[in-house]
Amino acid sequence: MVDEPVVSEDDEEGDDPETDGGVQAYTVRLELVDEPGELLRALSPIAENGGNLLSIHHERGNITPRGHIPVEVDLECPPDRFEDIVEALRDAGVNVIQAGADRYGEEINVVLVGHLVDTDLSHTLNRIQEETSAAVLDLSLSAPEGTENISSARLRLAIDSGEAEETLAQIRTIGTDKELTVVEPLLGGDA
Amino acid sequence: MGQKLAILGAGDVGRSVADLAGEYGHEVVALADSSTAVVDPDGIDVEAALERKVGGESVGTADPEAVFETDYDVLVEATPTTLGDAEPGFSHVERALEADRHVVLANKGPVAERYEELQALEADSAGSVRFEATVGGAIPVLSTIEDETPQAVTAVRGVLNGTANFILTRMAAEGLDYEHVLAEAQDLGVAEADPTFDVDGTDAALKFVILANVLADGGFALEDADVTGIQNIPGSALDLAAEDGRTIRLIGEATREGVRVAPRLVPENGPLAVTGTRNIVQIETKNAGSLHSSGRGAGGPETATAVLSDVGRLPEL
Repeated sequence: MVDEPVVSEDDEEGDDPETDGGVQAYTVRLELVDEPGELLRALSPIAENGGNLLSIHHERGNITPRGHIPVEVDLECPPDRFEDIVEALRDAGVNVIQAGADRYGEEINVVLVGHLVDTDLSHTLNRIQEETSAAVLDLSLSAPEGTENISSARLRLAIDSGEAEETLAQIRTIGTDKELTVVEPLLGGDA
Repeated sequence: MGQKLAILGAGDVGRSVADLAGEYGHEVVALADSSTAVVDPDGIDVEAALERKVGGESVGTADPEAVFETDYDVLVEATPTTLGDAEPGFSHVERALEADRHVVLANKGPVAERYEELQALEADSAGSVRFEATVGGAIPVLSTIEDETPQAVTAVRGVLNGTANFILTRMAAEGLDYEHVLAEAQDLGVAEADPTFDVDGTDAALKFVILANVLADGGFALEDADVTGIQNIPGSALDLAAEDGRTIRLIGEATREGVRVAPRLVPENGPLAVTGTRNIVQIETKNAGSLHSSGRGAGGPETATAVLSDVGRLPEL
């Protein structure tokens, strides 16, 4: 494991290390199926597209709600090659959770409003996990009027790359079924 | 050269247009409220008419019909917005265009509900129709789209209802609930006694329907919009949004595919999280990225500037 500072999404906008050759460091977060050879399969599109691997953080013990293994890969490449690398990963069927800055971020928040407790919150969460490709990462509930009244919950969701619109539409349907208001994030533009 | 204006509607907007017309080099030859009118081919005494109106009297002694008999260049339609058939606004526009006059609308009804009919009438007329004032008050939204050309605009998003925005801003800042803030907004005159159209999203939806009509060259009416209001948003939802650096705003979106208005999560310090009664639009273009324009989206003098800008863009008949 190479032990050196890594550019995470937090300091992406700051003074990124940029070497003389215009190469920049990036982090991509992947989700891999727990099968032999998967890691190698995920790394080859990076090497084939001019990326230089810096470190691989393979969280074997940490399984995502969908039973996949999260892997964090640090690499460096010229900025104009980064998109090609991400695309090559996706073409190879690798699930890219996050690539560089927020732009590729596939973690979203939604706020649910309504009689969340009365309408069985865990059932609502189960439906989201089962009927959509989203995984609920965490939940924050606020019920200042007591659990018999209107309350709100914020869900942090991991979703498959490029499927935000579809996932949100499915969550909206679940919300309608359960008479909950779904406050969705605004995804378009540079909002 | 100045234009001769006939103004229908003597509410905040109509009165402000009459008041400011001279400053922009135009002359008011007629002003009508719902039951009376004052007409003078040499220019009416605007000050006297406005004094009568504000004093609770009728604006003049003539029949509103007399307005259409006057020699005017531009009909300013500033009567209240009505839904469905958008009457009587639509008929006013029809009469002016059939007489080969220009029309400037502050009334959202005809543009949101009967856009194609309006376009057809304009095509058969020597006059033109403009409606900058119907979307975002003083903010130049439609003229910006016109400058970029509608085909190069992929989407328009934003906050176009000051009342709903004021309520959400206060709820987030003070940790208060909807009912409490609504009552405060009514005391301040920010919200009307019946705030339904503002808080249920209808007013914002009308504006985004107009935007979708401009982008797609027609095809939309209010019934085509997917609309959710802010009445069900409790303070706790705003608190939770803030945990993640977000806030909730009533956001409208217009594309060539459709119209949607709903409370949405936006970054707390992002461009769309305007505060108070301020409005903002984000115009997403194909070749020039996003443009943002923010300002006062309502108010008599503010909206009147949009009407008068439109008048200034009209050719002489």
